[in-house]
Amino acid sequence: MKVDVRSLFRHETVLAILAVLTLAVLAHQHEAFFTADNLLNQGRLAAELGLVSLTMTFVIVTGGIDLSVGSILGLGAILVGVFWKNLGLPLPLAMVLTVLVGGLAGLGNGLIITRFRVPPLIATLATLALYRGLAEGISKSRSVRGYPEWFFRLGQGDVAGVPTQVWILAAAALLAAVVLGRTTFGRATYALGANETAARFSGVAVDRTKLLIYTGSGLASGLAAVIFVSRVSTTRSDMGTGLELDAVTAVVLGGTSIFGGRGTIVGTVLGLVLIQALRNGLALAGVKGDGTIVVIGAVLILAILVSNFVGREGDG
Amino acid sequence: MELPARSVKRDRLARLASAYGQELVVLGAVLVLMAVVGTVNHRFLSDTNLNSVFSGNAYIAVAAIGMSMVIITGNIDVSVGALIGVLATIAGTLATRGYPVWLAWGVPLVVGMAVNAAVGVLVAYARIPAIVVTLGVLSILRGGLISATGGKWITDLPPAFRAAQARLFGVPSPVYVAAVLTVLAALWMRYSSLGRAIYAVGGNAEAARAAGIRTRAMVVFVFAVHGFFAGIASVLFATQLQVIQSTVPPNLELSIITASVIGGVSILGGTGTVIGSTLAALLFSEIASALIFLNVSAYWLRAVLGLLILGTVLADMARRRRKGRLAP
Repeated sequence: MKVDVRSLFRHETVLAILAVLTLAVLAHQHEAFFTADNLLNQGRLAAELGLVSLTMTFVIVTGGIDLSVGSILGLGAILVGVFWKNLGLPLPLAMVLTVLVGGLAGLGNGLIITRFRVPPLIATLATLALYRGLAEGISKSRSVRGYPEWFFRLGQGDVAGVPTQVWILAAAALLAAVVLGRTTFGRATYALGANETAARFSGVAVDRTKLLIYTGSGLASGLAAVIFVSRVSTTRSDMGTGLELDAVTAVVLGGTSIFGGRGTIVGTVLGLVLIQALRNGLALAGVKGDGTIVVIGAVLILAILVSNFVGREGDG
Repeated sequence: MELPARSVKRDRLARLASAYGQELVVLGAVLVLMAVVGTVNHRFLSDTNLNSVFSGNAYIAVAAIGMSMVIITGNIDVSVGALIGVLATIAGTLATRGYPVWLAWGVPLVVGMAVNAAVGVLVAYARIPAIVVTLGVLSILRGGLISATGGKWITDLPPAFRAAQARLFGVPSPVYVAAVLTVLAALWMRYSSLGRAIYAVGGNAEAARAAGIRTRAMVVFVFAVHGFFAGIASVLFATQLQVIQSTVPPNLELSIITASVIGGVSILGGTGTVIGSTLAALLFSEIASALIFLNVSAYWLRAVLGLLILGTVLADMARRRRKGRLAP
């Protein structure tokens, strides 16, 4: 266990050095990069992925995976519009309901995984299709626009000079870090990820913990959906396509083992910072959006490769 | 002890049913759906529609053969959709630049094998989990493809290049390709020692090693074979239309994985056949077509597919649990 913690710190150190280097190089090359405006704007762009990545960290620490988050985001985005415009509900209620439906979708994943013992990869692969299908079926490619002005304060406005969703993301990150690192629930999460059978015999409420985690993942996706709609002012059923793989990338880049049992929120936040900095920096350097994902893919593989070597030295 | 002939026969049937349980379920679904929709609307069974049902997902079936092998070794590949896109673009570019057709068809197979062999090396020797490696490769290929093509479509494909549009006895060529490859792969995996080794590696890597199988080399080999099938799939994909788009259908990799899993390949490794994955790919395109003939809005297609996948998975888990209770 001690070795685990040590190599874990090593991965985060590697990552932190990588992130600082990236930031330094970008700041050196582009005056526009290291301005408060730009950095805050990057936070705005990363908020939805960030929220989902935080709960994805819990999911992956249990040894699971949630591939349905992007579809839940798409479904949520559609539902904001449907609840508000088609059903005539007040917008605040529509927003709350959307987050709740996200939680319900996550709970569905959790039930399939705990009650029927379906491997998480398969369960969420199925609901990825199902939830996206519901979004497509409900919306029939119609988008809902024309939200009231106050609604955009969530996704496009500022509070005390900082984008609203960055506050939300920061609060969520803090909460997630405390829950995973400092509570019994967090310990249970690590325990069942490291050895589920042992955790069960030690009296950890394995199924309940998993249910809560997958529900949380759904709630985060629902919240991300509301923020997304507020940021881009419209709804479409294909919103959030591919989000699941981005979130897994951020989490794994952050040092969380895909086999479960180890990982931290700090690591995930570092992973996010690195991904967003790379996206922004390369864009500033004139690399088109698609070129940047090449670099992110390469960084993911290299980071794991390096930390594997460093980690193995530690083991020996 | 002599057993009565009837009991032996029943025993053999039971063994067949349990060995090919999931395949039989999917085959049953294919036939039932065909009968039901065909009764409601006779045109569903017309030559034209059956041809499009059988050939529509042929490239997914071919890619799912390789994917099934990868999953049987206990690994996964989420980058295959992007790989098919890249290989299709390579094929189309070669064809439009005037290279011989056999080269335009052959290069994607070689490139596919090379890329996935590299993935296999990272998985087997650098010990990075396959889902992580292929996530990275997915980003690299997808980003690389769009920046290389700038999103432009490839047009003016020479007629000789468009293999997937050829017909034999009125049946589109992709149907033959998928059927022949499925049968060959299934026989190879069941009866050759190399094919058996794929199951051994996924079933119990330690035991496989003890039995003299070089498990790491085997993983690299299986990824390379998977790349070869991805190459064939990309040629089918690239030659089915008059143009090649620079994008593949969204979530193509997940469709291919789903075909394998619905076909009975266990995500935990060690079991499953490519017959099941091919039948599942067929089932998906049949459902898509059935919805049209039943006048269900196409917008609900994915929801129906999702429900079906979920139902199949739950049924499979229930069946497995029953089996597990009999022989733990």
